[in-house]
Amino acid sequence: MARELWEGNQAIAEAAIRVGLEAYFGYPITPQNEILEWMSKRLPELGRAFVQAEAELGAINMVYGAACTGARVMTSSSSPGISLMMEGLSYIAGTEVPMVLVNVMRGGPGLGNIAPSQADYNQICKGGGHGDYHPIVLAPASIQEAVDLMPVAFDLAEKYLNICCLLIDGSIGQMMEPVELPEMRPVVRKDYPWAVNGAKGRPRRILTSIYLDPPEEEKTNLRLLKRWQEAQEKEIRYKEYFIEDAEFIVIGFGTAGRVALSAVRAARAQGIKVGLFRPITVAPFPYKRVAELAQQVSAFLVTEMNAGQMLEDVRLAVNGSVPIEFYGRLGGVVPFPDEILSEIQRVAKAKLSADADPVANWMKRMEMVAR
Amino acid sequence: MATLMVPENLVYERPHAFTDAPTHYCPGCTHGVAHRLIAEVLEEMNLTERTIGVAPVGCAVFAYNYFDTDFVEAAHGRAPAMATGIKRCLPDHIVFTYQGDGDLASIGMGEIVHAAARGENITVIFINNANYGMTGGQMAPTTLPGMKTTSSPDGRDVETQGYPIRMAEMLATLDGAGYVVRRSLHDPANIRKAKKAIRTAFEVQERKLGFSMVELLSTCPSNWNLTPVESLKWLEEHMIPFFPLGDYKVAPAIAAAKI
Repeated sequence: MARELWEGNQAIAEAAIRVGLEAYFGYPITPQNEILEWMSKRLPELGRAFVQAEAELGAINMVYGAACTGARVMTSSSSPGISLMMEGLSYIAGTEVPMVLVNVMRGGPGLGNIAPSQADYNQICKGGGHGDYHPIVLAPASIQEAVDLMPVAFDLAEKYLNICCLLIDGSIGQMMEPVELPEMRPVVRKDYPWAVNGAKGRPRRILTSIYLDPPEEEKTNLRLLKRWQEAQEKEIRYKEYFIEDAEFIVIGFGTAGRVALSAVRAARAQGIKVGLFRPITVAPFPYKRVAELAQQVSAFLVTEMNAGQMLEDVRLAVNGSVPIEFYGRLGGVVPFPDEILSEIQRVAKAKLSADADPVANWMKRMEMVAR
Repeated sequence: MATLMVPENLVYERPHAFTDAPTHYCPGCTHGVAHRLIAEVLEEMNLTERTIGVAPVGCAVFAYNYFDTDFVEAAHGRAPAMATGIKRCLPDHIVFTYQGDGDLASIGMGEIVHAAARGENITVIFINNANYGMTGGQMAPTTLPGMKTTSSPDGRDVETQGYPIRMAEMLATLDGAGYVVRRSLHDPANIRKAKKAIRTAFEVQERKLGFSMVELLSTCPSNWNLTPVESLKWLEEHMIPFFPLGDYKVAPAIAAAKI
């Protein structure tokens, strides 16, 4: 198909429709309104289900109901709205039904602002709602990558009977880029052995997240964990740039990873042997690969649009073997490539210690940046 | 004796829309009556093979154990939203929620009001027993003024704890609500009327005529600290004056359908 200029939110919505989305339920919140708006026009004209709910609480529970029927279903929201959805997400995880969540992060905490942020990494990657569960989280760095990950997100959700979250920020949601969208596929409702769709010619089915007997709940927890471990083994995705001869590596996901790539290219032009590692599955996190890279390089520079949330996963992978430096911008501020380039230049020259606290050191440097 | 137990003599049996599971409800509680009425209607209308029930959080949390239909278990108050998601994906199936007063009129107020306002083609069976039964008899949005509960130990003081909510009257004001009525389960005549209303509600849904809700005044002997018989009398004497029985909304299309 031809490359066309698309806004991120609309491209994501259209891609979901083309890969067989049957139902969407949502509530307006900036910076993801264009997803809801696109769905409100396209789904009814295709004879599929669309409801603008009274709140995110309603929206996620409509998704829950639709997911129980075996329909391919999604919702989208942004930070405060995702917080409201956490109850329903926990129930969906506990009921073991698939759904896709598009999470367009904005600055927080609280009402925050509507600028691009990555401050909800921990919230979604570590579960978010109550109980032991792990959503699968994909973090694209461009509209094309987001579009390409839509069918993957549905497939992963359905394979692992889990929530699969496309984690982006307001900049990917609202900028325009040339993209190639997938071909329109027919909607096929799979005949799942668990779906509630009327007990005709079969015993009745019950979908629930209640297991009043603790050993039964424990079994359920272990079942979820087993699927999660399988996802950890099989579904890790990442992209590496200039890794082969890199002396140190920048790690960033989504928009921060994309800005970092510009900085890494500029640093390479200056002869600095730096690479970039960009996780695409931020949950499950590519711990093994980062640990391998730690054998090869003398340091890492983690860059995020938050106060060092993925940094904790990197530290877990690196396990103190080499120094880790951190550079973050917060509250909806997007770093310029020059800022990260300065950090790369600093790391290239600095004498680093694996015992140093990367967050404390970064905060000292931030005193000059954030006045 | 044995010769009496023959099919020709059968006057009463368990509805086939029920499973064999014994219910967990307290003796004298009217949940069992409400369940039976729904089961009879599903069986009479031959709906069990294409019905999906939505159970609430509260005493009826295990309702899914008793009906021989597909069932899901919602989060507290969210049953109408979950039912919406199911119905929109299975528009030719029958979807009903079964909710108590805490579930529907307190934590789930947003979901029920908007499901009714959208004219969502689902049926809601609303059990009003004026308290939170499952958690031990706390004050509900339907607790009567002066009524003692475990969280209004001196009786509901309307000055500080507000007034009860009349859900049927409230939802009837919404244009999207098609069929909204209140019935009671305190004696056989009223139980018959309740069954007729439940039948009408499912007929409304079957004919795609919009949102239907049957509110059922019910007893809670355990938390009211009354015997089952005293509870029925208390319901009649105290609840009905505050929550009058009647048809609060019968949309013109439903009246014209003469169900």
